[in-house]
Amino acid sequence: MSTVAETSMTLTPEHDSRPSASVRSRLQDALPKIVLAPSFAATIVFVYGFILWTIYLSFTNSKTFPSYAITGPRAYQRLWRWTFESDPPSSWYTSITNMGIFGFLYIFICLALGLFLAILLDQKIRGEGMLRPIYLYPMALSFIVTGVAWKWFLDPGLGLEQTLHQWGWTSFHFDWIKNKDFVIYTVVIAGVWQASGFIMAMFLAGLRGIDGEIMKAAQIDGATTFQLYRRIVIPLLRPVFLSAFIVLAHLAIKSYDLVVALTSGGPGGSAWLPSNFMYEYTFKRNEMAVGSASAVIMLMTITAIIVPYLYSELREKPR
Amino acid sequence: MLRKLLIGTALASGLAFAAHAEDVKEVQMLHWWTSGGEAAALNVLKEDLSKEGYAWKDVPVAGGGGDAAMTALKAMVAAGNYPTASQMLGYTVLDYAAAGVMGDLTETAVKEGWDKSVPVALQKFSVYDGKWVAAPVNVHSVNWLWINKAVMDKIGGTEPKTFDDFVALLDKAKAAGVIPLALGGQNWQEATMFDSVVLSTGGPEFYKKAFNDLDEESLKSDTMKKSFDNLAKLVTYVDPNFSGRDWNLATAMVIKGDALVQVMGDWAKGEFNAAKKAPGTDFLCYRFPGTDGSVIYNSDMFGMFNVPDDRKAAQVALATATLSKSFQSAFNVVKGSVPARTDVPDTDFDACGKKGMADLKAANEGGTLFGSLAQGYGAPPAVANAYKDVVSKFVHGQIKTSDEAVTELVKAIDDAK
Repeated sequence: MSTVAETSMTLTPEHDSRPSASVRSRLQDALPKIVLAPSFAATIVFVYGFILWTIYLSFTNSKTFPSYAITGPRAYQRLWRWTFESDPPSSWYTSITNMGIFGFLYIFICLALGLFLAILLDQKIRGEGMLRPIYLYPMALSFIVTGVAWKWFLDPGLGLEQTLHQWGWTSFHFDWIKNKDFVIYTVVIAGVWQASGFIMAMFLAGLRGIDGEIMKAAQIDGATTFQLYRRIVIPLLRPVFLSAFIVLAHLAIKSYDLVVALTSGGPGGSAWLPSNFMYEYTFKRNEMAVGSASAVIMLMTITAIIVPYLYSELREKPR
Repeated sequence: MLRKLLIGTALASGLAFAAHAEDVKEVQMLHWWTSGGEAAALNVLKEDLSKEGYAWKDVPVAGGGGDAAMTALKAMVAAGNYPTASQMLGYTVLDYAAAGVMGDLTETAVKEGWDKSVPVALQKFSVYDGKWVAAPVNVHSVNWLWINKAVMDKIGGTEPKTFDDFVALLDKAKAAGVIPLALGGQNWQEATMFDSVVLSTGGPEFYKKAFNDLDEESLKSDTMKKSFDNLAKLVTYVDPNFSGRDWNLATAMVIKGDALVQVMGDWAKGEFNAAKKAPGTDFLCYRFPGTDGSVIYNSDMFGMFNVPDDRKAAQVALATATLSKSFQSAFNVVKGSVPARTDVPDTDFDACGKKGMADLKAANEGGTLFGSLAQGYGAPPAVANAYKDVVSKFVHGQIKTSDEAVTELVKAIDDAK
């Protein structure tokens, strides 16, 4: 907020005795601050302010409405107890194990597939200008659209299975979306379909940025294509991996809508992610304290993954 | 420059003030009745109010559906910007009343005699601390069977009177090659069906003790285990593709004759009506076998907020119009539910509606009108959802035996209380 106060002071011309050029130059100096101030203030309040508020609420006994009397870590105790209830699985246990499965597979497959597609497209093939948008296009869809489309496609009574049965392959069986043990993998499939094209585009841009001279030098030295990619290209793409990882990690953690649209929670709630848990408990079950506590745990998990990664990647810059 | 700004502000606030003064003749309404039949039913109320000179203003809700509306309401109330009234369900009304944001309609209620005409069980939710805080719009009941008559005739079935009859009927359908039971495998649908199963298995007293009073002995009793076993039996009659299906798609299976029967609340009738099917000739409505004489209900209510004095007149007009006999009849004929007062003539209702009204009246007088736990009228949302979790996990196999289900049910309800 102090930035705003300062800038508004500089805006006011105080005395005419001052040369106008100086006012203008001071204004120009302050311009970045003026432009950034609103978004800075908004971020402070709406991101960090509400993070603190959520942490605060998680230590109260808030139910339908926020209550402000601190009552201790009961919400965390409940979550902690639920963490180990695997048979029958508690909703929280399901959510966090699903997050592990989904997060790992989604990020890993997207990176692998994106890199693979990018390398193939980078072979100076004809029609690249047409192929690239085809792969990239799913990213333009919202998770809801992706979810609904895949829901129909994977539904045994409507989509793939039904079609193959009509074509005569009656022994074909694919009911993952209706199966409590496999439904989370359908979320991975839909998520990967949506994001891998975008990751491909990121890698493609990275590949185009690699100096051709290095490649030629390596080829002259007798490197095979595999060695070329393994030893030179992929290590050079390291910054792209970082960006792609961060994009994918945040998509994975916030993918609430995909689960809802694709599975509406899955059989017996078996497709829940922590974000579904959080929304369900805060807004549907009126257990705001538990919802807040789960949000705090999500935040801590993200921090625990992203911060060391960012630290290790960004520290090595001045090589 | 500054002067201009000041003038501008003054003008703007003057306008705002003028707009505020006009609010008096306006009803601000938060609801999620936006689809065809429901919107048409609500139009009746809009017209009634406009005759009295009150304009109707919908509070916009992004995304539709009850959850989005409740999230929007929470934000509005937190900001101190109350709508005149909001569509609300069961314990939500009481939560808001406990938070002290609801109005007081007792004066109107006394004048209109609501305490005599509105079923006693409903007043648990519309009256808080001796004050009327909500106007019930309708009563839905959930212990219904919806049967395709053509299929029923084909397999030579008759109305099942007991649970065993019902299983025998389902067997007949299975033998004839139709899907016996149309079920949508979403937790609320499974739990809604289980409400009826429990009432059928344990009887009215047991249902009340277990699902309204949350008595632990009843929840872990052998009768509850038997209920879970019965539920498991019913689930063997659904098609393999049931998981995640929406309720109206399950109803469509019955309408098309792909399936024999659906266990669902009376909102299913709206789907039959929309498909131009007539009760008695195209479809049959029976009480869930073994539950005749009892009604498991849920009800839509208009919660009335504590609005400023200049908006109170509009609120009273809205409440009065909502509980007027003409609106109760006109609305519920379209909606498929029955009126929230027992003294409305049933002339405009179809056979199922007439039966529903008679049942409601009898259940009200006999003390067998119970809140549906699955629909949030048996216990607060935290408990109701914990219950739905357990039932759904049982149906889908995360919970494997009825012993385990009963243990989990007690634990989950305890945890949520």
